[in-house]
Amino acid sequence: MRLLSRKTLFHKVFSKAFPVVSALALLAASAACGTGEAAGRVELSISTFTEFGYEDLLAEYESTHPGVRVRHERTGQGGPYHQRLFTRLGAGSGAADVVAVEEGYLADALARSDLFQDLAEIGPPDVRPDRWLDWKYAAGRDKAGRVVGYGTDVGPLAMCYRRDLFEAAGLPGDPERVAPLFATWESYFATGDAFVARAGRAWFDSDSQIFNAMHNQLPSGYLTTGDALAIESDPAIRRNWDLVTAAGGRGQSARLTAFSADWNAGFAAGAFATKTCPSWMLGVIKAQAGPANAGRWAVADAFPGGGGNWGGSYLAVPKQSAHPREAAALAAWLTAPEQQIRAFAKTGNFPSQRAALTAPELLGTTDPYFGGAHTGALFAGRAQKVGEPQYKGPGDGRIQENVIAPALRAVEEGASPDEGWRQAVEGAKKITR
Amino acid sequence: MNTRTTARPSCPDTVPLPGPLAVPAGRRPVKSTVEPYLLIAPFFLVFALVGVFPLLYSGFVSLYDWDLLDGPTRFVGLGNYAALLSDAQFGRALANTLSILAMTTVPQVVIAVLLAALLDTRLRAPTAWRVGVLLPCAMGVAAVGVVFANLFGPTFGFVNAVLQHLGLTPVDWQSNRFASHLAIATMVNWRWTGYNALIVLAALQAIPRELHEAATVDGAGPVRRFTAITLPLLRPTLVFVVVTSTIGGLQLFTEPKLLDPLPGTNGGATHQFQTANLYLYQSAFDNQSLGYASAIACTLTLLVALVAVANHVLTRHLAGPTR
Repeated sequence: MRLLSRKTLFHKVFSKAFPVVSALALLAASAACGTGEAAGRVELSISTFTEFGYEDLLAEYESTHPGVRVRHERTGQGGPYHQRLFTRLGAGSGAADVVAVEEGYLADALARSDLFQDLAEIGPPDVRPDRWLDWKYAAGRDKAGRVVGYGTDVGPLAMCYRRDLFEAAGLPGDPERVAPLFATWESYFATGDAFVARAGRAWFDSDSQIFNAMHNQLPSGYLTTGDALAIESDPAIRRNWDLVTAAGGRGQSARLTAFSADWNAGFAAGAFATKTCPSWMLGVIKAQAGPANAGRWAVADAFPGGGGNWGGSYLAVPKQSAHPREAAALAAWLTAPEQQIRAFAKTGNFPSQRAALTAPELLGTTDPYFGGAHTGALFAGRAQKVGEPQYKGPGDGRIQENVIAPALRAVEEGASPDEGWRQAVEGAKKITR
Repeated sequence: MNTRTTARPSCPDTVPLPGPLAVPAGRRPVKSTVEPYLLIAPFFLVFALVGVFPLLYSGFVSLYDWDLLDGPTRFVGLGNYAALLSDAQFGRALANTLSILAMTTVPQVVIAVLLAALLDTRLRAPTAWRVGVLLPCAMGVAAVGVVFANLFGPTFGFVNAVLQHLGLTPVDWQSNRFASHLAIATMVNWRWTGYNALIVLAALQAIPRELHEAATVDGAGPVRRFTAITLPLLRPTLVFVVVTSTIGGLQLFTEPKLLDPLPGTNGGATHQFQTANLYLYQSAFDNQSLGYASAIACTLTLLVALVAVANHVLTRHLAGPTR
């Protein structure tokens, strides 16, 4: 398939030398593209990962839009999903008509926005920017202002903590009185030192979880707005590095890599007292800490250094789609407040639409596991506090996940902060080349 | 006893060929020389498409600066290979691969032979035992990986819990380079030893019993019979087992990927258990450098080919006199 889409020298040579192979490839291509065209019917495909809560919505869309059939391709894990998505985008075929792109991979999509349709141009005219939170809408546009994706959900950040461990260490337990402790990173790390000294337990789960949160509050990420590598030129990145690794060195890190088997067990064992907490993390904590720890975790309406966002996705339409307008219409419908509030009810994915954030069914949500906290209203408020989106250049998410996280892990495994930093710089250069 | 010996099919060339293979009278023989080729052609067509073509195409891609999304940007000739030779991370990945290879191939062969010898004795329900040793191989590798990642968790893992219970110091199965190789090798050995044992068992049962009986009559004990009869006759099979597990070992990917708690294919925080294949994947999809990844792929293919040649030489050398 790649052979057909790329006008390479090899293509010419190869197709002359082996016409049979080319003919076979053509046959395969035509077979793959020629589905669902008969009698004015349109078959759309949409690809998502983990849980978007779209099953019932898609069935409803089919019944209200006769002539449209929607095929849903679901992938369990985000990592493999995006790898395959970008491979297919590069190959020029095979991607779905509507593709979900997670916030962490959005930088790569925006860097190659020529592979996507501008939704401001082909999307339904009644879809206006004020449907979404400002920062969510802004983050989905490329440098030229083209709209690459319609926002689905967000992951506004609050701070979760072990109320019982706080009280045992002589710290306040009530969320209102805990919130000031999480006002700034300085107060967060200082409280951490006091907690570690009294409780003999770690303060946070791992260096990279804290570093990511601090880093995402900077105006630009690992690349400058000119797409040059910023890791060496931006002193703020190194300052965050030093703060986090020093705190880890003072025993604040439980040194449990996020989402590993040990990290999961760490929730049940109470290995750390605080957790950076996007809305979806509540579900993770409940699942891993288990019913035995119900009521021990609480969530504070605060986040060091202001606010932040971790996670949430966009729906985009690749240029290679044969039905771009129909695809954009589907994406617009799915990301309307009425639909996203239903997806929230099903999966807990926090909506990014203004109207959905004031919906009574969202604002009324409470969570008995977290001491009956009004989680809906709390996270809706946190979502409003997210600042300007950080500029993330091409490769930003991959640097964070494949370079920074391992380098911070290396420091936790015994490397010095300087050695870890050198590993980070070297690895980042390999990705930006 | 004698009747059993004579009942064995001896020389196949004395048996007359059955109907279908013989050329019927009146047919032009040229047709029957085309038909077999037509019949096997689909295999070779598919093989050309999914085997030969990607191989050649990788070789072509490896000569370029080739980005996953941007495509070929610059012809660099053998530049990627030159860079590979001076790439410390590739050296480390190869060393990891060879280290894990040694920890998998050697124990696998030894344990497979011992297991096969046990399976060859009189057992109740022999089929159940044979299926039993094959079961790990039938399990999904991802499931195996998840289970073993839990067993070898550095802080809350089961293995460390047992070690601590016995009063021993726990081992960091991820940050310690040797320990991580051991954990990965355990995963591989657990899956593949039984499979290899069945292959060895088949070879064991093909050894004529009368050789053992004759040796027993001559006064040889079980150990002497094992070293003087069984092992020499097993040699070609053992070479086969060694070669297949070597090729599998050079392509090791899933087990080290699943041991790593970090996302991506870094093979541990400092690449301490990154295999050559993981580095290939990281170059292609994390660094999005398809040219460099293809150079790694071609170098690995060359390595595997060298192993295959060594196999050929070894087989002729070792198995020659017995055939």
